[in-house]
Amino acid sequence: MAIGEPMKIRAALAGDQTEVKVLMNHEMETGQRKDAQGQTIPAWFIQSVMATWNGKAVLSAQWGTAIAKNPFLSFKFKGGAKGDKILIHWVDSRGDQRTDEAVIA
Amino acid sequence: MTRLSWLAALAGMACASLASAQTSTTDEIAKYRAALQDGNPAELWEARGEALWKAKRGPKQVTFEGCDVGKGPGVVKGAYAELPRYFADADRVMDLETRLVWCMVRLQGYSEADAKKNPFGNGSDKRSDLEALTAYVTSESRGVKMNVALGHPKEVEAYRVGEKLFYYRGGTHDFACATCHGEDGKRIRLQDLPNLMKTEGAQKAYTTWPAYRVSQGELRTFEWRLYDCFRQQRFPELVYDSDAAIALTTYLAHNANGGVYDGPGIKR
Repeated sequence: MAIGEPMKIRAALAGDQTEVKVLMNHEMETGQRKDAQGQTIPAWFIQSVMATWNGKAVLSAQWGTAIAKNPFLSFKFKGGAKGDKILIHWVDSRGDQRTDEAVIA
Repeated sequence: MTRLSWLAALAGMACASLASAQTSTTDEIAKYRAALQDGNPAELWEARGEALWKAKRGPKQVTFEGCDVGKGPGVVKGAYAELPRYFADADRVMDLETRLVWCMVRLQGYSEADAKKNPFGNGSDKRSDLEALTAYVTSESRGVKMNVALGHPKEVEAYRVGEKLFYYRGGTHDFACATCHGEDGKRIRLQDLPNLMKTEGAQKAYTTWPAYRVSQGELRTFEWRLYDCFRQQRFPELVYDSDAAIALTTYLAHNANGGVYDGPGIKR
């Protein structure tokens, strides 16, 4: 299994909430486009995304082809403290996956 | 009210609503850009460029940390805000991308053809290292005021040649850069075009390149911007790192002096 390109994750405490912003590196091919030879470019996209805070799931999502290339994901959850670990994990339609982590600032 | 004045009033309203439709489209595009600013994928290119900058590469297996982009070997902070500039070792005025190629050839041992074989990337199969490196170096000038000097005679020459190119009309459409970029309120499709003959226009345009192009899903550099303008003008292909590209860059960069550099940006 290939390992995707690194994500960029920022997590910051705002009051009693933690705001997480993630930039992912992915082609997100819809399967609708054709190349210069007229051949369909096969679909290839992130299918599932999981975010954990100190090992506990805070977001889980199933994605499709309507998500843009190089997706940007932003979400908030209640709780979190400075120094806590946020882990983002995705799996795409080819079975490639990637996990990156960040520390709440 | 007479019938005639009613008609006049109606006509006036129609004009007003057309004008407001135009400004509201422009406003919506501005809002769209602002919404994207927070998660600008250009950061992914910056991160990859930083890794490339610090990696041992090429036949000689050396990093870019010996590469002088104007402020001494390995110094990137604020360097882009002073480019293009004259480099004595190359005896030539160079923009950032030309200088990066120069370092890849002189320091890392690549052939010139290898160094610039992929200046503009296309998807994950054809990533451009030069675009990533450019994104990294330019990001290190964010917040720095543009200050492109015309001290050396070759810098003055580049500026003059660039100015000439800007106003030079040619091609099948008899276009010059100034045809589209010499007046306020010009558009291409729904995009407002900057008036590069005014200081604010030049500053706003120059300080936001390189930029992530949402419609292409790629980060594009200033050399790409000029290359694509030449294509749109139906001019001959602008050669990467050519004297013409550097001269035009010098002209536009110097005109943007005093503006705060704010790239890599994000464009539609």
